[in-house]
Amino acid sequence: MAHAKTERLINLTMALMATSRFLTVLELGRLVDGYDPDDSATGGEAFRRMFERDKEELRELGIPLHTGPVDPLYGDEIGYRIHRSDYALPEISLDPDEAAALGLAARLWSSAHLSGTASSAIRKLAAAGAEPLAPPAGLEARVGTNEPAFEPLLDAVIARQEVTFDYQAPGSGTARRTLQPWGLVSWRGRWYVGGHDLDRDAPRVFRLSRMTGPVAPRSGAGSYTVPPGVDVRAMVTSTDRDDPRERRLARIRVRPGTAHRLRLQGQADESDPDLLDVPFYAHEGFADMLAGYGPDVLVLEPTALRQAVVDRLRAVGAGR
Amino acid sequence: MSATAASTERLPRLLSLVPWLRTHPGVTFAEAAEAFGVSERQLRADVSLLFLCGLPGGSPGDLIDIDFEGDHITLLDPQVLDRPLRLTADEGNALLVAVRALSDVPGLTDRDALDRVRGKLETAVGGSTEEQPAVSVALEAPAPDAMLALRRGVDEQRRLHLRYLGAARDEVTERDVDPLRLVLTDGHWYLEAYCHRAEALRLFRADRIQEANVLDVPAAPPPSAVPRDLADGLFKPTPDQLLVELELEPGAQWVADYYPCEFTRLEPDGTLRVALRTPDPAWIRSLVLRLAGRARVIVPAQLAGEVQQLASAAIAQYETAEPSSPPESSPLRGAPAAHKPEPGGTAG
Repeated sequence: MAHAKTERLINLTMALMATSRFLTVLELGRLVDGYDPDDSATGGEAFRRMFERDKEELRELGIPLHTGPVDPLYGDEIGYRIHRSDYALPEISLDPDEAAALGLAARLWSSAHLSGTASSAIRKLAAAGAEPLAPPAGLEARVGTNEPAFEPLLDAVIARQEVTFDYQAPGSGTARRTLQPWGLVSWRGRWYVGGHDLDRDAPRVFRLSRMTGPVAPRSGAGSYTVPPGVDVRAMVTSTDRDDPRERRLARIRVRPGTAHRLRLQGQADESDPDLLDVPFYAHEGFADMLAGYGPDVLVLEPTALRQAVVDRLRAVGAGR
Repeated sequence: MSATAASTERLPRLLSLVPWLRTHPGVTFAEAAEAFGVSERQLRADVSLLFLCGLPGGSPGDLIDIDFEGDHITLLDPQVLDRPLRLTADEGNALLVAVRALSDVPGLTDRDALDRVRGKLETAVGGSTEEQPAVSVALEAPAPDAMLALRRGVDEQRRLHLRYLGAARDEVTERDVDPLRLVLTDGHWYLEAYCHRAEALRLFRADRIQEANVLDVPAAPPPSAVPRDLADGLFKPTPDQLLVELELEPGAQWVADYYPCEFTRLEPDGTLRVALRTPDPAWIRSLVLRLAGRARVIVPAQLAGEVQQLASAAIAQYETAEPSSPPESSPLRGAPAAHKPEPGGTAG
């Protein structure tokens, strides 16, 4: 944006805010520096096109431009104005503890896009007198976003644009996937995108670090809507949610002074601190975990779990 | 930053700069430049441009008026631009999502203050926040008691006594530490502290701290104990650590995603060959056992043999008809080692 254009747009904004009635295009052309409404070469056409573009630019910034009849009685000519109450950030003040909390929150993002957006919000709040405080020394909370897929996916989520990308699913090859992205979720330090998978015709979650190629938009903006009631965060975090009906108990003997993590999960026998009852859900994952303790643990019951652990240990012994 | 990005950011910046100068009278160019994330030169250009802007009429009384005294800027007349523009939905969400994420971590910070901020932001955005935010963050929430104690230790600079479940090996230790900071990285909260037991700076994963007590002793870390730069990740393999080569079948190839590997190579038979460094072979032994035949140690051969022996010893216990008491000393554990964060911090 050239210097002159920025200046013109500020003057236009100020003129629209200062007026107490709707101003016509021609009036604005004469009032605002930088317009030439009477240019003889195009008969004012160049000015009108310029004004149309300027108007759009203000709206894209979120400036509420109102249109209405210039003359309330003969309402065929349309004019423009900005209502101050729609434009201005409402009064806001922060108590010191609130300012500290906001200061910590504003620094959470380390992606260029999100930290830029949060910073511009913080400047507006500070301009209204609600200044966030720097978080206390010694407390650093940042959510990293170094996956290259993050920014293009965020743009696509906001614009409601379908995307395609190459995806390496665990234990299988790379495949091209097509998705209507609903939202991005950071969970356990990793980023996921949830949405409607057009290949599977079902909701699916993808991990950004497993996208092996660039994320490419496949449609225009606004090409789908997010179904009501969708909870992308739950889609991502529920992958390990256990069904309480599946809860069972394993009786396990542990070697003294070992298996501390396992001891935390279970309950020791009253008379024997090395005899544990440990709740578990999925057989497979729990048996893997127990195999990891090697001879430090001995599964007594149930028999199926005991057998599953023995099978795993035999597989280790057999090599391939 | 491209020229287009630079120029489309200029108009909103200037519209915020006018009311911001009003609430920061006498601010310096350098301070304003820092607050707006631009160079001082750019900020001077911005202020010069504002001088030319004003209400229709163009007489001196219609223009935005700014006064300079040395390096200090004071806004005399903002004309109609005395208030900032409302937050856009994106701006409001960027803050609201962060506030919500922090509220989910009990003990970290004043929950009540976060709730009030959230209410005020929601009012400021004016109900235009989306039901389904583009971005959300689920932060780890360790035990609230431990988090409270860690916060107090850091804030009041007091020594902490920790009961800590080691990350690299399965072992509970007690230690006194002088806290430096509480930091969220790679999805986990860590206490970075000078450990008097290890006589070195250590990172303790908050969810493995079983108990933390604030001691009535001021923290006194040695001057050499300065926080590490965690920008490149927590686990920095060093050449003195053991280099291990593993062969991973498809069901175990997530290992390459989770831990920094010196190399990874997909073999024609579909297995993945990876090399990684570890501060503690106990961690590799346990990992390979847990992978239940889907992973093999290739190098060093001695470690491969140890894994086999552990598997055989465990099978032998199951083969005895009556489960007898296991021997007193554990073959899984070697000599106690100083605590190190495990690679990627996710095993176990």
